[in-house]
Amino acid sequence: MRLKLVPDHTEIDFFKHARLTFGASVVAVIVSLVIWATVGLNFGIDFLGGTTIRTESAQPVDIGTYRGALDTLDLGDVSITEVFDPTFGPDRNVAMIRIQAQDAEQSVTPETVATIEAALRAAVPDIAFVSVESVGPKVSGELIRTAFIAVGASMAAILFYIWLRFEWQFSVGAVAALFHDIIVTIGLFSLLGIRFDLATIAALLTIIGYSINDTVVIFDRLRENLRKYKQTPLRDVMNLSVNETLSRTVMTSGTTLLALAAMLILGGDVIRSFVFAIFWGIIVGTYSSVFVAKNIVLYLGVTRDWSKKDKTGGNAFADVDA
Amino acid sequence: MLQIPLWRRLLIWGVVALGVVLALPNAFYSRVEQANDARISIERNGATPEAMMAAERWPAWLPSGLVNLGLDLRGGAHLLAEVQVEDVYAGRMDALWPELRDALRAVRDEVGTIRRVDEGGDALVVRLSDAAGLPRAMEVARALARPVVSLTGVGATDYAVSGSATDGGGAEIRVALSEEERRATDDRTIRQSLEIIRRRVDEVGTREPTIQRQGADRILIQVPGIGSADELKALIGTTAQLTFNPVVGRTGDPDQSVGARNVMLPAMDEPNTWYVVERTPVVTGEELVDAQPAFDQNGRPAVNFRFNPAGARKFGDYTAENIGSPFAIVLDEEVISAPVIQSHIPGGSGIITGNFTVEESTNLAVLLRAGALPAELTFLEERTIGPELGQDSIDAGRLASVVAFVAVLVVMGLSYGLFGWLANIALIFNVALIFGALSLIGATLTLPGIAGIVLTIGMAVDANVLTFERIREELKTARGPARAIELGYERALSAIVDANITTFIIAVILFTLGSGPVRGFAVTLGIGILTSVFTAIFVTRLMVVTWFERRRPKTIEV
Repeated sequence: MRLKLVPDHTEIDFFKHARLTFGASVVAVIVSLVIWATVGLNFGIDFLGGTTIRTESAQPVDIGTYRGALDTLDLGDVSITEVFDPTFGPDRNVAMIRIQAQDAEQSVTPETVATIEAALRAAVPDIAFVSVESVGPKVSGELIRTAFIAVGASMAAILFYIWLRFEWQFSVGAVAALFHDIIVTIGLFSLLGIRFDLATIAALLTIIGYSINDTVVIFDRLRENLRKYKQTPLRDVMNLSVNETLSRTVMTSGTTLLALAAMLILGGDVIRSFVFAIFWGIIVGTYSSVFVAKNIVLYLGVTRDWSKKDKTGGNAFADVDA
Repeated sequence: MLQIPLWRRLLIWGVVALGVVLALPNAFYSRVEQANDARISIERNGATPEAMMAAERWPAWLPSGLVNLGLDLRGGAHLLAEVQVEDVYAGRMDALWPELRDALRAVRDEVGTIRRVDEGGDALVVRLSDAAGLPRAMEVARALARPVVSLTGVGATDYAVSGSATDGGGAEIRVALSEEERRATDDRTIRQSLEIIRRRVDEVGTREPTIQRQGADRILIQVPGIGSADELKALIGTTAQLTFNPVVGRTGDPDQSVGARNVMLPAMDEPNTWYVVERTPVVTGEELVDAQPAFDQNGRPAVNFRFNPAGARKFGDYTAENIGSPFAIVLDEEVISAPVIQSHIPGGSGIITGNFTVEESTNLAVLLRAGALPAELTFLEERTIGPELGQDSIDAGRLASVVAFVAVLVVMGLSYGLFGWLANIALIFNVALIFGALSLIGATLTLPGIAGIVLTIGMAVDANVLTFERIREELKTARGPARAIELGYERALSAIVDANITTFIIAVILFTLGSGPVRGFAVTLGIGILTSVFTAIFVTRLMVVTWFERRRPKTIEV
């Protein structure tokens, strides 16, 4: 008995509801941009500067008590959140306290941290400080810049590579799909107020990597079919290519999501927002490979004269043998 | 058709075997770690029975390279420090002054009397009584400049000299470090700081500290196992500039004016007391050869020190000439004590007493032994991660990885039958190869790195899936299973290569621009891509071909 996620032969018309699917993506991107602009991202200390303290105590976290202990210290913006995780027992109560960067300091001074710890210890006697992290405003500014460069450089590199291996229309389609994935992920993070830090940037880049992987597989098949069926309309060749690779797309996304689901549920709260970003990105990335990237290629059209490239283009790696 | 030469088969299995052997120590992490530690301690401090026992727990002929655990998994402290490179400039000018003074005095009849003007900047300003002597004085000053040895500064000299006339018929020359020299000095300052931080951290003897230069003027310090970033800061953040200065006076009023070349310094242990000392020290900590914690004659903690011959001579001469005068021992702009010189001290050794605790005197000895930092450090980033949190993360990560792994194996087996199980064996080898490669290059595994491995487990099947799907398609059209397998591998290749190269580009970008945990993620992702492509197009294929050769099936089902 074989597990078949997708039937052997499918003839789904992926353009049938093109207006709906592509439109949904356009709307999602616009809505995400609006949310990003209005609600904004919940930046972590990596990007804002400041201090986070992770506390653990046997007593249930009463945010009011914590806040009361810190209010007198005049620290500016303090956020206190309780952390929940299925792996914590009843006597493990974890909270994250975030304090904004104190003015004109490179990073929060040990004295400040010591006063905070003393104040909390007075309020909750058995409290333990399992991690303390401070980032100065100077570094955080640079980190934002580096993050933008990283995302931009990845996009540019991919644009270039796809253009090199395929046609420019493909690389525009691929990068548009990536743009879609990134924006929609940022939109979701803004909407849910999930902390956005350096690890999230790494997640965004991973999404780029995964999504492009997916898109390239479809493009590769498209390139092959375009050579095979020279007279068939582009739209039909695209549908054929997506259908032929559908089983693989579902299988790979399925196993990847399965593995990530395990990490999401069991991997602990420290890494959860990171894994969540990738998990979400893979769903969006798979969607965009099927419904965004090729629509743009269809819109731009492709040069159908592949005759000269027949021998070199697609089989450039075919002589790599086991 | 489906032939793979023997040498290639051997090579493929050889690489797999190598990966497994290299990955093996990680399965016995704590045992191997203890054995490695014991071997290092035997090498350093000689053999003890306990160390020998611990060392024997892991056979020496097996590889013992381990994946380093990042701070987020092991707990420890992380600091990003910026070296205040400008601190050094003023000192360089102070050092130049006696030389310049002597040179100008030698031509006194041409330039008139000279006086150093203290203007608080990084430049050395000298006022001449006679403006007519300005060109000559500048010439003399320029003659002291030496060429800079650097790649970019060819033809440049280390000092830039400028001159101008001042009111009242005098003139001023201004000597400052040239742009090239500043750059060279900055570089030297960072290197020295790195070296001294390394020595200080090594003195404490923690395991596998990371001390790296980052960018132009930053140093990243990661020490696993240390209690907190504060502790680390106390160790490396202290400049530990020790000087011995002649005392001019002692006062309770910090606003009192002091002479031109004197400075007012607070006393470390006496409240409301300040010492006026000469700015130019007699001897500095640079000339120390040893410092050890000790006790003074009253049994209080103190630090014994010894000078090198040059320092000993200066110290001896000064004490011989100044019996009966007080003498300040200054550490980082604070007077530790100002004893009166009782007698000539010829041997070049002495003792520093103050209100120390035993811990403080031990620390001070460590700092003095390791040497002073050439410039002050400011800390831009500090992170402390408790060991319990790290252990929790490891446990959670391990559980999640195992569950993810088993789930993927089951799905693959159910979907592709025999081929799926062959791919699963390859997937197990793939994980072994990842760990083997990480151990080999001494990479650091971080929590995002574990996520990277889980992601790789999910994605590693992709190359296999691409091939199997292709074989399925080829089976519909091709002549016979052997041809279908061959064509499947051949035709899936361009998709596999293109898809993985793009992901690999991302991993490289992440590695170049990321830091810390993100970099750990990039490393596992990048290695995972390489190993998964290798296992899919070589290992799985070899297994499929071997199976096919033995059975010669008429039909196959993928």
